Amino acid sequence: MNLSAPANSRTPDTLNSHDLNEASDPMTDSVSSDVAPSASAEVAIDPNAPVDLPNRIDVSDLHIYYGAFKAVEGVSMTINPQSITALIGPSGCGKSTFLRSLNRMHEVISGAYVEGKVEINGQNLYGPGIDPVAVRRKIGMVFQRPNPFPTMSIADNVLAGKKLNSKRIPKRDAEDLVEKSLRGANLWNEVKDRLDKPGSSLSGGQQQRLCIARAIAVSPDVLLMDEPCSALDPISTLAIEELMLDLKSDYNIVIVTHNMQQAARVSDRTGFFNIEGTGKPGKLIEMDATEKIFSNPAEQATVDYVTGRFG
Amino acid sequence: MSLTESQTPESGPVDDLVMRDSMKSGSLAGRPMLMIFGGAVVLGALSWLPFGSVNWARWVMVTLVSYLVLTLVISRVVETPRQATDRFATAVMNTAFLLVLLPLVSVLWTVIERGSNRFDWAFYSQSMRGVIGAGGGGYHAIVGTLIVTVLTAVIAVPFGLFTAIYLVEYAQGGRFSKMVTGLVDVMTGIPSIVAGLFAYALFVLLDGPGHRSGIAGAVALTLLMTPVVVRTSEEMLRLVPNELREASYALGVPRWKTIVKVVLPTAIAGILTGIVLAIARVIGETAPLLVTVGITTDVNKNPFSGRMATLPVFSYNSYKFPTLPPDASIDRAWAAALTLVLIVVILFTIARILSSILKPKGLR
Repeated sequence: MNLSAPANSRTPDTLNSHDLNEASDPMTDSVSSDVAPSASAEVAIDPNAPVDLPNRIDVSDLHIYYGAFKAVEGVSMTINPQSITALIGPSGCGKSTFLRSLNRMHEVISGAYVEGKVEINGQNLYGPGIDPVAVRRKIGMVFQRPNPFPTMSIADNVLAGKKLNSKRIPKRDAEDLVEKSLRGANLWNEVKDRLDKPGSSLSGGQQQRLCIARAIAVSPDVLLMDEPCSALDPISTLAIEELMLDLKSDYNIVIVTHNMQQAARVSDRTGFFNIEGTGKPGKLIEMDATEKIFSNPAEQATVDYVTGRFG
Repeated sequence: MSLTESQTPESGPVDDLVMRDSMKSGSLAGRPMLMIFGGAVVLGALSWLPFGSVNWARWVMVTLVSYLVLTLVISRVVETPRQATDRFATAVMNTAFLLVLLPLVSVLWTVIERGSNRFDWAFYSQSMRGVIGAGGGGYHAIVGTLIVTVLTAVIAVPFGLFTAIYLVEYAQGGRFSKMVTGLVDVMTGIPSIVAGLFAYALFVLLDGPGHRSGIAGAVALTLLMTPVVVRTSEEMLRLVPNELREASYALGVPRWKTIVKVVLPTAIAGILTGIVLAIARVIGETAPLLVTVGITTDVNKNPFSGRMATLPVFSYNSYKFPTLPPDASIDRAWAAALTLVLIVVILFTIARILSSILKPKGLR
C-alpha cells in the first residue's frame, strides 16, 4: 500500500522515541507496528502494557452523562503516548463522547457531566481545582468538519490559540511558529504564498490540515481527533493519515473513526465501543493491539463488527 | 420504459408515442408572458374610456386584476395544469410585489416632490429662532434628532447586545432566559406613546413636573430600540456555527474571549445591520418625543437641559401649527420629512458598506 513509503521514511523518529523507552531492544517493534504488523513484534513488546512515558492517559471507570441520560458506561483504558490509539464502533456508541471527555469538551454541552477518573501524568483531569481551560491547552482537538475561523487569515488561524489568549508574540516568533506549525501539518508548501488569505479559501483537506496546524501550534501534549477524515476525499484522507503517522512521535494521538481500514492503517492500538440498543449506554467492549482487534479479537461483537456483519 | 417493452413488446411503440406526447406541451415562457402583461396594461388603459377621465389608481388595479385573470385562463388552455398552477402562483407573487411597491414609491415620490421646495442650504443651516412666516430652517431639529438618536443608541446597543449575548451564549434555555425572551417580546409591543409617558413620568419623579430634555427622549426611545437590538443580535449570534466556539474552546480559549474574539467578529456584519434597522425604527418616532423633549425654535445642544427640536416633532409642529402664511411652514414640514428619509438612507448605506467589509469571507 501507499502508506508503507511514508511510514518507512519515518523510521528514525520512531526509533528515537523507542530508545528512551526500550533501550534493550530498540528495533523490534516500532516499524512493524505502524504498517502490516508482524506477529514476531508482539514477543518483544506487549502493546497493552502501560508505557512509562510522559503524557500517558489512564482512564478508570469513566461514566459519561448527558443530563439524566447515561451515554457511556464504565470505561477503563490506558492510552499510551507516542502512539496512535483508534476508537471504533457503530454510530451512537459513545466513542466521540468519550473522546470529548478526555479534554473536558464534553461539559461544554449544557447538563453534561462525567463520573470517574481521567489521569494524565497521574493528575486527575476531573479532580478538584482543575481548570478545564488549562486542560484544553494541554490536550488539543481536531473536529469532524474542518472549522477554520472565517474571520481570520491562514496565518492568524494558526496563531489563533496564542492570539485569542492575548499573548503578545513578537512578529518574528509568530512567523516562525506559523511556518513550523504549517510544516508540521504538511501544509506549508501549499499555502506559504498566501498566508494572508482567509482560511476558508482552502480546500476541505487543506482546511483540515490547517486545523491540525492550529491545534499543534499551542504545543499540546495530546491530540484528539474526532473523525478527522470523514468529510474528506481519499487523497486528502491519505495526506492526513501520513500526517498522523508523522506526528505520533511527538504527540499522544487518539482518533475516533468510522473507517475501519483507517484504524487498521494508522493506529497502534484500537478500542472497540458498542451499544446494546437505543437508550442504553455505550461500553468499551475490548481494547487491544490493532492487528489483534482486526485479526483475532477476543469478543464475538468485535468479530461481527470488524468483519462488517453489523455497524 | 425498457421494462414495459420487454414485457409487452407489441405495446412498446404505442407507449413511446404517448410518452413523447405527454412530455410535450405548449409554453408561455418568455415573450408570451410579457405579451400577457402588456395586454393587461392596455386593458387597464381602456378602463379610462367609460369614465372619460384619467385615474391612475383604477388603471393599476384593472391592470393587475386582468394580468391575474389572463395568466390563469391562457395558461390553463396552452400549458399543462401543473405549469398553469405555477404560472398563476408566480403571477400572484408578482402582483403582491407590485402592490407593496406602490405605497413605497408613492411615499418616496411625495416626500421628494414636496420636500424639495425647501431643499436648500438655508434649511440645513438656519434654525427657527425669530422666524415668523417664510425663511428659517430645520438645523436645530437636525441637531436635536442626531443628539437624541446617538444617545438612544449609546444606551440601547449595550443593553440589547449584552442581553442577546446572555441569551445565546450563557443562558442554557433555563427559566430565567425564557422569562427574558418573553419580556423582550412584550417590550417589542409597547406602544411608543406609552414609552414616552413612562420616560416623562420617570423624569418628573427625578426632576419635577414639566420636565423636558433630550435625555428623557432618549430614555423613551431606548425602550423601543432595545428589544429590536436584542432580537436581531440574538438571531445573528445563533447563526454562528457552534463548531467555531468548540474550535476555540479546544484551543484553551476561555468562554468570554471566545465570545469577544470569535463569535462577535463572525456575527458583526449582521449585528451592525440590525442596529441600523433599530435606529431607523426609532429615528422617526414622534409621539414619545413630543411628550418628553418637546419643541423649541432654537438650537439646544445640551441633551440634559431644556427642550430640543427633533425632525419628526418639528415636521408635525410645522404642519399642525403653521405660521402665516401657512405655505412656508408646510414646506418646512415636508423638507424635515425628506431630511429624515435621507438620514435613514445614509445610515443604511453606511451599514451596507460596513457589513460588506466586515463580513467573514466564505462562511458556509
